Amino acid sequence: MGRKVGIEVSIAAADAAALCDVDVVAAYPITPQTHVVEHLAELVASGHLDAEFVPVESEHSAMSVCCGSVAVGARTFTATAAQGLALMAEIVYIAGSMRLPLVMFLSNRALSGPLSIWNDHSDAMMVRDCGWIQVFCEDGQEVFDAIIHAFRVGEDPQVSLPVMVNVDGFVLTHVIEPIEYWTKEMVQKYLPPFQPVSRLTPEKPVSMGAFGMPEIYLEQKMAHNVALLNSRPIIEKGWTELAELTGRKYSAVETYKVDDAETIILGMGTICSTSSLAVDKMRAEGKKVGLVKLRLWRPLPSDDLRRVLAKAKDVVVLDRAICPGGGNAPVTSEIRAIMYTEPERPRIHCMIAGIGQRDVTPDDVCAMVDMALSQSIKDYHIYGVRG
Amino acid sequence: MAGASEKKILKPLKNFPMEEYINSGHRACQGCAEVLAVRHVLKAIGPDMILAMATGCMEIISSPYPLTSWNVPWIHVAFENAAAVASGVESGLKALRRKGRIPDKEITVLAMGGDGGTTDIGFQALSGMMERGQKVIYVCVDNEAYMNTGIQRSSSTPFGASTTTSPAGKVHPAGQMTWKKDMTAIAAAHGIPYTATACPSFYTDLIKKVQKAKEANGPAYLHILSVCPTGWRIPPEKAIQYGQLAVDTGVFPLYEVENGVWKLSRKAKALKPVTDYFKGQGRYRHLDEKLTAFIQEKVNERWERLLKLCGVELQTEDQA
Repeated sequence: MGRKVGIEVSIAAADAAALCDVDVVAAYPITPQTHVVEHLAELVASGHLDAEFVPVESEHSAMSVCCGSVAVGARTFTATAAQGLALMAEIVYIAGSMRLPLVMFLSNRALSGPLSIWNDHSDAMMVRDCGWIQVFCEDGQEVFDAIIHAFRVGEDPQVSLPVMVNVDGFVLTHVIEPIEYWTKEMVQKYLPPFQPVSRLTPEKPVSMGAFGMPEIYLEQKMAHNVALLNSRPIIEKGWTELAELTGRKYSAVETYKVDDAETIILGMGTICSTSSLAVDKMRAEGKKVGLVKLRLWRPLPSDDLRRVLAKAKDVVVLDRAICPGGGNAPVTSEIRAIMYTEPERPRIHCMIAGIGQRDVTPDDVCAMVDMALSQSIKDYHIYGVRG
Repeated sequence: MAGASEKKILKPLKNFPMEEYINSGHRACQGCAEVLAVRHVLKAIGPDMILAMATGCMEIISSPYPLTSWNVPWIHVAFENAAAVASGVESGLKALRRKGRIPDKEITVLAMGGDGGTTDIGFQALSGMMERGQKVIYVCVDNEAYMNTGIQRSSSTPFGASTTTSPAGKVHPAGQMTWKKDMTAIAAAHGIPYTATACPSFYTDLIKKVQKAKEANGPAYLHILSVCPTGWRIPPEKAIQYGQLAVDTGVFPLYEVENGVWKLSRKAKALKPVTDYFKGQGRYRHLDEKLTAFIQEKVNERWERLLKLCGVELQTEDQA
């Protein structure tokens, strides 16, 4: 078992990537991602990590460098946030479709404008359909484990897909938490060397990134979608073996006090910690409230969600992105869509909160639940807007 | 081949490799000198290479899935990032070699883009690659407009050329009203070990320069004028001739900058008048005497500046 240390989550994330013996790190500095790449640069400079650190001139090039290095079979890591993700978005989609299994740490940050360096999920939602595996983390230990798990799953020849590890900017990236480190031996046991399905080498020339004519594009997209859906058992297997090594069992959908719950709060990331305190508070008041934490955003664990949510009367989704001019918000719209076909389904309420890091306390979560249950909010409500 | 009743065996040129790294059967236009440039570049490098290519003519003619024209490992990701993808390839190979995961063998990393993918949208990625000193040969195959999308102007389109987005008209009589971006000088200004211009009409010069680029201890930049019969509106069989004229008129001089030393690739003889080059090109058809004289003046001025940089004596003959 590894040692437990009190450490900033960003530094631990970088250490997790280093423990995976990454070959290439390409990144461009952006708040609140900087501590991750600064630490990796340090590890490379000091000789603790044998890797190429490519200090690119933009995030667009960061993702492009990652594509090139994965294509030759190098284990590759990058990190970004908000505007950086927006700039590289074009290549994020291509990395997914080319099935290049890099791992990206996304310190979730609000998208400009106006410029905001603070946390919400609008950046991740912008690339929702990029065809990557996407997970959301709640605490530092989860981040550490998720990065090692990401390499293991993404690089699996049956999967061969990039993985995005979402970490709430500042509220998680910049906090110091107790994190149990893996030993080198544990990582070596868990994570086999990267053997790409195909690689660029003069010994056996291949062409990567051929274009899709109308006669074939649809089948290419379909194949990508199937690959993403089929990654689910490998993701689960990765978590099972992770549990055997560490004793920590992760799942796509995590529940807290839902067995008899009439009302279920659903969220992703750190808002779930806050919500669990709210659940305890409401339980103490005799309210039958539970919590669903959605860890795996893509591929969406629809069946798991249906199973858990179908029993409830009300589901209050805490969405952390605004969808201007839209019908509701990104997570709610997915939940409403997958529940629509259920013969009996809960009322699904959309609460948009924590935008641009507007603070959400347990009391706020309680207030949102009360509001959802007592008021007839049709499409969505943006919580906490001052008059 | 249709109509080839008698097969004429051509003697291979000296030092000209017989291996082909881009197959015939691709979809380039007739007389495309760009694909010819690509063919020569690949021959000069040989099989131990990885090619990162930008979106553009060369990509689109060679890779409709599931077909490919490439006999070398080839990757295309997007339009503006060939230099960055190549940087990733180079860094990946470097790390894997150092860690003993791949054979300890030199593999040339080549990046290639058109003039749009290089001088416009890929400019930043290219500058980054050169600044970081990544050992990549970047080749710009310059056909002087966005030919793939239908002959739109780029920053590499010369003054006076009419394109679909710089059409000659009453308000803009010249067509393109800006001067061609001097990408080669910009590359040289990065202080990289090797920069050169080339043209497939002068293939021995081109091959020699690619081989020098391959040996360079760091990034190398090659700017290759690639005549485009479709976009320049010339007969396909005249592509080589127009490449020669571009060089002989001083419109596209051949030179190299090796470790900061500028060197003219051919003897500094008197230039042919630019009208020799413009004649017969549809894209210059609208130019009147005044505009032609204006361009001639600029060509002379740039030529003189280049000679100075190369430390070559000016020719005294009348160049007009």
